[in-house]
Amino acid sequence: MTSAIRFSGVSRHYGDVKAVDRVDIDIAEGEFFAMLGPSGSGKTTCLRLIAGFERPTAGDIEIFGQVVQGTPPYKRNVNTVFQDYALFPHLNVRDNVAYGLMIAGQMKATRQKAADEALEMVALGGYGDRKPSALSGGQRQRVALARALVNKPKALLLDEPLGALDLKLREQMQEELKVLQRNLGITFVFVTHDQSEALSMADRVAVFNDGKIIQVGTPEAIYYRPEQPFVADFVGSSNVLPPEFVAKLTGTKAHGAVRPEAVSLAAQGHAAQVKTVSFLGTATRVSLDVAGTPMTMLLPKGAVIPKSGETVHVDWAADDLHVMGA
Amino acid sequence: MHSDRARLGLKIAAGFGLAFMHLPILLIFVYAFTTEDKSYQWPPPGFTLKWFAVTWGRTDVWEALSLSLKVASISTVIALILGTLCAAAVSRTKFFGREVISLLVILPIALPGIITGISLRSAFNLADIPFSFWTIVLGHATFCVVVVYNNAVARFRRVSGSLVEASMDLGANSFQTFRYVILPNISTALLAGGMLAFALSFDEVIVTTFTAGQQQTLPIWMLEELVRPRERPVTNVVAMVVVLVTFLPILAAYYLTRGTDTVAGQGK
Repeated sequence: MTSAIRFSGVSRHYGDVKAVDRVDIDIAEGEFFAMLGPSGSGKTTCLRLIAGFERPTAGDIEIFGQVVQGTPPYKRNVNTVFQDYALFPHLNVRDNVAYGLMIAGQMKATRQKAADEALEMVALGGYGDRKPSALSGGQRQRVALARALVNKPKALLLDEPLGALDLKLREQMQEELKVLQRNLGITFVFVTHDQSEALSMADRVAVFNDGKIIQVGTPEAIYYRPEQPFVADFVGSSNVLPPEFVAKLTGTKAHGAVRPEAVSLAAQGHAAQVKTVSFLGTATRVSLDVAGTPMTMLLPKGAVIPKSGETVHVDWAADDLHVMGA
Repeated sequence: MHSDRARLGLKIAAGFGLAFMHLPILLIFVYAFTTEDKSYQWPPPGFTLKWFAVTWGRTDVWEALSLSLKVASISTVIALILGTLCAAAVSRTKFFGREVISLLVILPIALPGIITGISLRSAFNLADIPFSFWTIVLGHATFCVVVVYNNAVARFRRVSGSLVEASMDLGANSFQTFRYVILPNISTALLAGGMLAFALSFDEVIVTTFTAGQQQTLPIWMLEELVRPRERPVTNVVAMVVVLVTFLPILAAYYLTRGTDTVAGQGK
């Protein structure tokens, strides 16, 4: 596979703050790549480095094999969907979408036809004459998407594009974006702080913290085999077991991770104090204190539910315990 | 409890206040039609339209008017260019001394005109610059820049930064971004600022007194006329014209900037 975007030792410092600290990324052509992390972890800065709004303090960035050091945003073959959509308020929806084509010097009839087709693609046919202010948040999001895609970029950069939408609309857009990416076959780089969004949409996920990439891998690898306690904790709230605990079980002194759904009540096993019990609908979440280590367990519908304050025994299958760094 | 009907005394007081401000202006209009040309006599002994013809035939009026229009136009153009650039720098970027520059730009309008006038006059003397049309323009530009700057800086802040980035992202260079994104979003603010600057320059007296040579702008000419009375109502006719020339742009500026509170990048 050819590489679409490659970072080699890229850093971006603001004074003493290392927003991005020696990051290496290799995004393949046609890949749906998610950059996941808490706010301030450097994921958005990485996206802005690709778009050209920021310049790296150190390191090289390649876009489709070309080093883009000093190339301004308007000469890069990538387009961005902004977090606040950044639709031009003085233009109607069609002219917004046709903006890139107008700059590229296309004839008015040609670019308006292309804009209308792009609007059809995002299910907004017939909205061309409206002003962006007359659209809902979800519709603006689609216009921003059409405005970027109409230029046929080799890679599309999405900066938390679904952050401002309500839950139902967000889930629907997640599906649509995935389908769109499969159909177009272009590279998507997707920035989000929502772990379920990253896991459900991406081919690969890079987990950011403090300007560094902590782990890159498929959603399954990130979810089941976290390499550091931060990943286990941030991606889907795994139970992180301290090295001493893990050493007693496996002999290896390293952090361990157990998924909450892998933990169940057992006749024998680890004695645990039940702290809180929360009903979630499809499952029940139980917070436990296992010899000083806080853990959570997800019990499926129909299971025996302990009461808070009770002392129970819990256990998990040996291969559900993932030893980090092993 | 609030009463929707204001008390009678308050109404009368408000009426007197407004009359005090506006009746003198009405008087100027009335005297433009009087038949008495030596003194301002009340009530006017008769009414005539002949002063309009007399004014039309006076070359000194035309010279003063054309000088004032030229000065106001060129000062406004200079103010539009410098004020916009300055507003862009202050609102778009962060640099050392930004607040100081912002303050220094606004200062000329806070300073009494007489200070600006004296300082410019001594500066021109020191630099051996002869007084001319251009020294008047420079003097006026000092406060015209402020007016444009103030209007533009407020609008620039409302044009969100991501619009510029979006434009660049879609292939537009800096010039195209200015032409197609920034300018359409700040144009009404520039129009309003420019009209205000024009009106300010057109009736400016103090700074002009210090920076003009032999030339007379319209307000200076009117001042001279009052001292040496000759065909007095001509001054009143000119005053009517000045009121119209300055009032219309200000009114237009007011209507143009009204109702544009929701622009550019607001409301996600």
